[in-house]
Amino acid sequence: MLSFILRRVFYTVPIMLGVSLVCFALVHISPGDPLVSILPPDASVELQEQMMAIYGFDRSYPEQFLRWLGLALQGDLGNSIATGRPVASEVFNAVGNTLILAVTATIIGFTLGGLFGFVAGYFRDSWIDKLATAISVIGVSVPHYWLGMVMVIIFSVELRWLPATGAGPGGSSQWVWDWEHMQYLILPAVTMSVIPMGIVARTVRALVADILQQEFVSGLRAKGLLDRGVLAHVIKNAAPTALAVMGLQLGYLLGGSILIETVFSWPGTGFLLGQAIFQRDLPLLQGTILVLAMFFVVLNLLVDVAQTSLDPRLQRG
Amino acid sequence: MAVTADAVARLAAIEKSQGYWRSVWTRFLRDKVAVCAGCVAAGLVLMAIFAPWIAPADPLDGSMIKRLSPIGTEGYPLGADELGRDMLSRLIYGARLSLFMGVVPVLIAFAIGAAIGIAAGYLGGWVNTITMRVLDVLYAFPSVLLAIAISGALGAGILNGLLSLTVVFIPPIARVAESVTTSVRKLEYIEAAQASGASSLRIVRDHVLGNVLGPIFVYATSLISVSMILAAGLSFLGLGVSPPNAEWGLMLNTLRNAIYVQPWLAALPGVMIFLTSISFNMLSDGLRSAMDVKQ
Repeated sequence: MLSFILRRVFYTVPIMLGVSLVCFALVHISPGDPLVSILPPDASVELQEQMMAIYGFDRSYPEQFLRWLGLALQGDLGNSIATGRPVASEVFNAVGNTLILAVTATIIGFTLGGLFGFVAGYFRDSWIDKLATAISVIGVSVPHYWLGMVMVIIFSVELRWLPATGAGPGGSSQWVWDWEHMQYLILPAVTMSVIPMGIVARTVRALVADILQQEFVSGLRAKGLLDRGVLAHVIKNAAPTALAVMGLQLGYLLGGSILIETVFSWPGTGFLLGQAIFQRDLPLLQGTILVLAMFFVVLNLLVDVAQTSLDPRLQRG
Repeated sequence: MAVTADAVARLAAIEKSQGYWRSVWTRFLRDKVAVCAGCVAAGLVLMAIFAPWIAPADPLDGSMIKRLSPIGTEGYPLGADELGRDMLSRLIYGARLSLFMGVVPVLIAFAIGAAIGIAAGYLGGWVNTITMRVLDVLYAFPSVLLAIAISGALGAGILNGLLSLTVVFIPPIARVAESVTTSVRKLEYIEAAQASGASSLRIVRDHVLGNVLGPIFVYATSLISVSMILAAGLSFLGLGVSPPNAEWGLMLNTLRNAIYVQPWLAALPGVMIFLTSISFNMLSDGLRSAMDVKQ
């Protein structure tokens, strides 16, 4: 097991390097001089050169990359061009809010999706299976940002039950788990949960149907085990894969929350990215994407390790 | 006698190769959901092609006094948008750019990704290892994040949007192509072709492509649904297509401010995105089971 974990960690290092290289390249594929947004249009050549030296743009790409990577490893992601504040602290604040949203959405999506998928797989080809399949197809095909708008239209504009945007009193920095704050969480979290719900339902349905066809289930039945007992075995066999899918979905939601956060003005990383794009704040864009991508890579690693320790059969593969 | 047996075998082979596509088609027709989805998708494509003949009004021509007219207004069957342009015409014309932005990246990524994956899968060895490790890096980004990162850095614009979506779809397609090709390469008839002295290029062209393109294509069609949502999402964020063009994601973005005035009018463009995405999704599912591709 330990050697498996070490091998997996070792394999992640080059991926992380590659990911940071892509993030570094983002600033350099963007058109125009990276200093244009800081310097006044009539800046003198000397001032330009001075600024180039301060930001290190006068050096070669490999040198710039190593310098940037070194600073990033120390937690310095540069300063936002728009606000002048350190990117790292802005991203750090936002990540907390996105986590609140994404974790809530994953829990809702996994519970409902798992339930739908399980029932559908267990009673295969029944009407309930068809219903669950339809729900999962809708879940993966619906443009979630539009679904968010429809939710706002129904529950905020027409019914006036829930607030449409924001994260409650205290804005982005003070989240409390009370009703006053949680009513702001309901609409974005439910909207977001639709994505993992469809995928989890689909996966669990296939898993359960597959397990039920295996010989050991007939063996258990032949031994005289009741349906309830068989159920426990099915859950035990489906759990590792289902949990892995849940972990990956959390990662996708963290990285893909930008559209939903924009619809609901939720003060997380996606909202920050939106601002960075709108104001062409490249250090902020780069830093946020680096942090989110690293989250995803680490989460993948954790999911792999957790899945293998739950299901040792995978180690051999 | 031997000659007859040979001829019979050859005829059977011909009939079998014709029979495969015929049986795919029969199986597809039996799947009512897939046929319906296919009709809707075809209808949307026809709507995009014949937009100038179908649309009742000019999609760019607005009348300020008709701004945000509700659904069912005289002369504006689906209302008018925030600049008083006919909503129905804009939705019809919107199919052009929206379908273009959704489908083209998948087609380009299919061509590039399949080429990379087949080459890596057929050549194997260190070429395979290096190619797949490089793709793993792009794979390490959630797709929405990567698309937004690239088009956010490049800035708004149709070309930048197409480029970023293409980059997003190359790694998954190449991965599927690689795994399918690797499994085909190990089959005995490829070994036989190699032993009889056929060149790599010829083996790939004559013996590999026919067996791998089907599954890769089916996988690529399943990405169109995701691509539609992502492409419209980019425009929704102000990346991708820019005003005054008619594109569903962009329309959703500009109408979002009118949500308290004409809520259901503002939601209309999303219905089109949803309809397109779900019909392509079900069409692809139908194709997969008709072609009996396991994934």
